[in-house]
Amino acid sequence: MGNDLAVLVDGVAKRFGATEALTGLDLEVPAGTICGVLGPNGAGKTTAVRILATLLRPDRGRAFVDGIDVVRDSERARYRLGLAGQFAAVDEKLTGRGNLRMFGKLYHLPGRVAKERADELLGRFHLTDAANRVVSTYSGGMRRRLDLAASLLIAPAVLFLDEPTTGLDPRGRAEVWAAVRDLVQNGTTVVLTTQYLDEADHLADSIAVIDAGRVVATGTPEQLKNKVGAEHIDVVVPTSGDLAEARTALHRATGGEPILYPSTRTASVAVDGEPGALAAIVRELDAVGVHIDNMTLRSPTLDDVFLELTGHSTDETRQEVTA
Amino acid sequence: MTAALWVPTPPKTPLARIRWAASDGFVLVRRELEHLFRDPGGLASEIVLPAIIVLLFGYVLGSAIMVPGGGDYREYLMPGIFAMQAMMGIGVTITTVAGDLADGVMDRFRSMPMARSAVPFGHTVSSLATGLINFTGVAVCALVVGWQPHRGLWLTVAGFGVLFLFRYAVGWVGVLLGLIFKTEEAADHAVPLMFPLAMIANTFVPTDGMPGWLRVIADWNPISAVTDSCRLLWGNPGSHGTVVSLPLQNPVLTAVIWSVGIIIVVAPLAVWRYRAAAK
Repeated sequence: MGNDLAVLVDGVAKRFGATEALTGLDLEVPAGTICGVLGPNGAGKTTAVRILATLLRPDRGRAFVDGIDVVRDSERARYRLGLAGQFAAVDEKLTGRGNLRMFGKLYHLPGRVAKERADELLGRFHLTDAANRVVSTYSGGMRRRLDLAASLLIAPAVLFLDEPTTGLDPRGRAEVWAAVRDLVQNGTTVVLTTQYLDEADHLADSIAVIDAGRVVATGTPEQLKNKVGAEHIDVVVPTSGDLAEARTALHRATGGEPILYPSTRTASVAVDGEPGALAAIVRELDAVGVHIDNMTLRSPTLDDVFLELTGHSTDETRQEVTA
Repeated sequence: MTAALWVPTPPKTPLARIRWAASDGFVLVRRELEHLFRDPGGLASEIVLPAIIVLLFGYVLGSAIMVPGGGDYREYLMPGIFAMQAMMGIGVTITTVAGDLADGVMDRFRSMPMARSAVPFGHTVSSLATGLINFTGVAVCALVVGWQPHRGLWLTVAGFGVLFLFRYAVGWVGVLLGLIFKTEEAADHAVPLMFPLAMIANTFVPTDGMPGWLRVIADWNPISAVTDSCRLLWGNPGSHGTVVSLPLQNPVLTAVIWSVGIIIVVAPLAVWRYRAAAK
């Protein structure tokens, strides 16, 4: 394999009892880039990350981190990777500083380097004031920041971030994003899983959309967004009986293929930022005699991406996986 | 760049590997000790609980039980309580190991290039520290109710040596069980099951009067060997019953064989289980 691939996953499958978490995952991440792994709950994102971080063994397939086989040579791989999990993996009963110093020593940093590095990272993640407090007194965001700091004690070749901002406030998200961008400038490759399209959009150079344990689409954020359209208009009509006519009207107004949600009496259509789309829709609906209860213009969501790529929404995916 | 680009290099020689593993182990021991001292409530219970047991068994049971060969029951009882406490120390280890697993911090340890033995090692060594506090608590209570060792300093120390060795061995069992139970709740349910193990022995009463089959179990119970070792080394009454069964003919040897045997069998199992632990 080429040296310029930081992560290579080849046909990896993993089953837990009756549940097939991964059904043949393929992934390639060039060194020095950020790859966003996008998918709903239960799609297999966490399983993939845990296999790459040597915490789980795949049933079949091969996976390499920085050119090292994570199954056959897991110990050597651990020198090259960092992991920050969905659940902050830090010691609740130690202080923030105590945590970083402990992990530093376990990476065998020389004593002085471990101390300096801990203080530097505490500063970078705005934890200096809380450094001597026990972690169990930290807020969720502070824990997540400490967790991220702990995975940066060494400069890992590849950093795995499993939903790094789930549950964080906007400020916490922004801080995590800034830290991730910084890292890549220093040459680290980042693989981050997320449920948020905008997070992948902000950070990732490439996105892999996964569904039911395999990759269903890859591309740059631009390519994916072009597939689903830049913006969506949702029209809510008085009764679900009006939806058929609404569909005709929306199609005539935009040229797009509207998607209908009978349970919420909503018809949704992608509009590619063309001026006058809203007015055209109102005109066409009026022409077929359908009233409008509500109408909104919004950015595409993960759900739109899923509908477009897989033909079903994220909720359906969840049911399939848990069924 | 400064320290930002630090990349650790794996140890190359076997000697360097051992040094790294030892260093990892002691970092984890320090972590466990820090947990211990940040939890004064837990430490207090290590002292209060034995005090209650000493009073309960010493005075409630003590008024009715005759010591074989004569002698004071509380003198007879104390080695049994020390041995029982050494055994019950397993509970703390099981719950702390299970707590680690539930916390997710175990995931970080397992994704790091550290010795696979370090986490189990840290837990077992820190269980010795809890043991020290616990034994001190028992010793103070025991001295208050009239127990004392009679055979000089070195044999007294030897008795505690047997207790600590057994406690260390049991700590490995605790690590293994903690890794199997995985959650603190499951561990909490399992710990009371240790009580019969501590009772079907010569801890509180001589085994002579038990039904034959039960007596065989009691005599072979490592806790009996540990208790009898202490009685023998401390010169407390009742170190030998009327008919001495094989394991108790040389209780110190039996206690040491049991402890070392448990470590040899269980330690690799615990490390293996830790390597494989997937939540």
